[in-house]
Amino acid sequence: MEPIIQVKNVYYNYANQEGEHAAALNGVSLTLYKGEFVAIIGHNGSGKSTLAKHFNALLQPVSGDVFVKGMNTREDDQVWNIRQTAGMVFQNPDNQMVATIVEEDVAFGPENLALPPDEIRRRVDQALLSVNMVEYAQSAPHFLSGGQKQRIAIAGVIAMRPEIIILDEPTAMLDPSGRKEVMDTIRYLNEQEGITIVHITHFMEEAILADRVIVMEEGKIVLDGPPREVFSHVSMLKQIGLDVPQIVELAHGLNEEGWSIPGNPMNIEEMVNILCR
Amino acid sequence: MLKDITVGQYYPSDSPIHRLDPRTKLVITFLFIITIFFVRYYSGYIFVLAFMALTVALSRIPIRYILKGLRPLIFIILLTFFINVFFTPGETLLFSFWFLRVTEEGLRQGLFMGLRLIFLVTGTSLLTLTTSPIALTDGIELLLKPLRLIRFPSHELAMMMTIALRFIPTLLEETDKIMKAQMARGADFESGNLIQRAKSLVPLLVPLFISAFRRADELAMAMEARCYRGGDNRTRMKVLTMGRIDFAAYVVTAALIASVLLNTYL
Repeated sequence: MEPIIQVKNVYYNYANQEGEHAAALNGVSLTLYKGEFVAIIGHNGSGKSTLAKHFNALLQPVSGDVFVKGMNTREDDQVWNIRQTAGMVFQNPDNQMVATIVEEDVAFGPENLALPPDEIRRRVDQALLSVNMVEYAQSAPHFLSGGQKQRIAIAGVIAMRPEIIILDEPTAMLDPSGRKEVMDTIRYLNEQEGITIVHITHFMEEAILADRVIVMEEGKIVLDGPPREVFSHVSMLKQIGLDVPQIVELAHGLNEEGWSIPGNPMNIEEMVNILCR
Repeated sequence: MLKDITVGQYYPSDSPIHRLDPRTKLVITFLFIITIFFVRYYSGYIFVLAFMALTVALSRIPIRYILKGLRPLIFIILLTFFINVFFTPGETLLFSFWFLRVTEEGLRQGLFMGLRLIFLVTGTSLLTLTTSPIALTDGIELLLKPLRLIRFPSHELAMMMTIALRFIPTLLEETDKIMKAQMARGADFESGNLIQRAKSLVPLLVPLFISAFRRADELAMAMEARCYRGGDNRTRMKVLTMGRIDFAAYVVTAALIASVLLNTYL
C-alpha cells in the first residue's frame, strides 16, 4: 500500500498564559496509507485534534516532520498544495460556512484554487451529488439541520478534489440522525470514491466502522490497529478513561463471568451469531 | 421566530429589472440620485416620474411594497415640507396664522422638496428590492476593483460584507439562546428605566461577544484550510456579464438625464 501521510517523531506544545509549554504531542510517529479509513480516538486533551491539524499544515511541528504525499508541511511554498490534498472538516458546522447560499459556499474552495468558472460549476454540482444535497443548492445555510450543514461542509472540501479528508469531531454537535447522515456520507466517500478518511471522534460506535483505530493518550499513540484488535484491550481503554462500544463491553463482561465469547464481536449481528451457536 | 428575518428588503422575482447586472443597477441608481438634484421645475419631475413608473412596472413589485419603504421616513419628509413652507421668503401671502406666514412660493418650494425626497427614497429602495444582498456585494466588489491600484481593499470589503450577512441569522439565534439562558437564571431585560435596562444588557453582550470572537477564530481557520489567501488569484463560479438588457437600461437612463438637463437649462 502506498503511504500518503507520514508523521516522523513529531513534538508540539502549546504555550499557556504563563508562558509555560504544555506538551500536546510527545513524539508521534505514524504512517497512513492511501484509501484507508482511520479513526482517531482519545479523550479531551489527548492531542488528537492537534495531530489532525498537522496533517494539513494548519500547525507545524516543533520538532520532527510531517509529509503529505511526500510534501513536507514545513515548506511554505507547499502549504496550499498540501491543503488542497488534505481537506479538513471541523466540529462546528456554523463556523466553517462562508457564503449565504449553499452552492456558493461549496464553490468557495475551488474559487480559491483559481479554477475557471465552468470547472467550478461542474465540481460544485458533483460535490453536492456526492453528499446527496443537490436539492438544497439554493438554500441558505441557517435553514439546514446540523447534519445537512456538515454534509455541505464535506461537499465544500470534496469540490477541491482532495485525496484525504480529515474530519475533526464532525459529529460532536449533531443529533443521532445527523450523525448517521454524516457517517453514511463518509463511508460512501471512502468506499466509492476511494478518498482516505481520517475521522477524529469520541463516539466508539463510529470508530468501529473504520479500518484502523488509533488511540491517543497524553500526546502519544498508545494503540493502533484494526478495531477488533484495539477494542480487545478493554481494561486498558477503560484505564485511560475511554468507553468501549456496548457490544464489546457486553462480551467482555460475559467473558469475565466465565462465559467464553470468542472472536471479539463488534456488532449486534456478530454477537447474536456467537450466542446462538 | 428570529430565523424568519430577512436581511434587507429583497423581493425575489424574475423580472427584467431583477435580471439586470448589479453593477448596472448600482451605477444607474447613482446617476438617478444626481439627476434628481438637477431638476429645477415641476415639469422636470414628469420625466423622473415616467422613469420610475417604467422601472416599477418592469420590476413587477407591488406598489405598496415600494410605498412601505417610505413609512419610516415620513417624519423627515413632513419636516422638510413644513420647514420649506414656513421659511421660504415670498410675496403672495395665502394665509397667516400667529407668526406663521404661508406664501404661494413657500408652498411650491415645500412640495418640490417633499417630492425630491420621495423620489430619492423610492428610487434607491428599488435597488435593494430588486437586488439580493449577495449580488449587491459582488457588484460593489467589481465596481471598486479599479481602486485596487491605490491599494483600496475592495475584495476584503466585499468578503467582510458577505461574512456579516452570513452570520447575522447565526448571531441572532445565539442572542435568543443567551437571553433565554439568562432569563432562566433570573435576569430581567424588560423593566426599569433606560440606564437600568442598558445595564441589564451586559450579561447578554459579554457572552455574545466572546462567542463571536471564537466563531471568527474558527472561521478564519476553516477558510485557511480551504486555501483562502485573499482576493488575488481567485476566480468566481458566477461571473457577472452585461447583456443587451443592461445596454437598454443605460439608454433609458441616458434619455432621462438628457430630458432633465434640457428641461432645466433650456
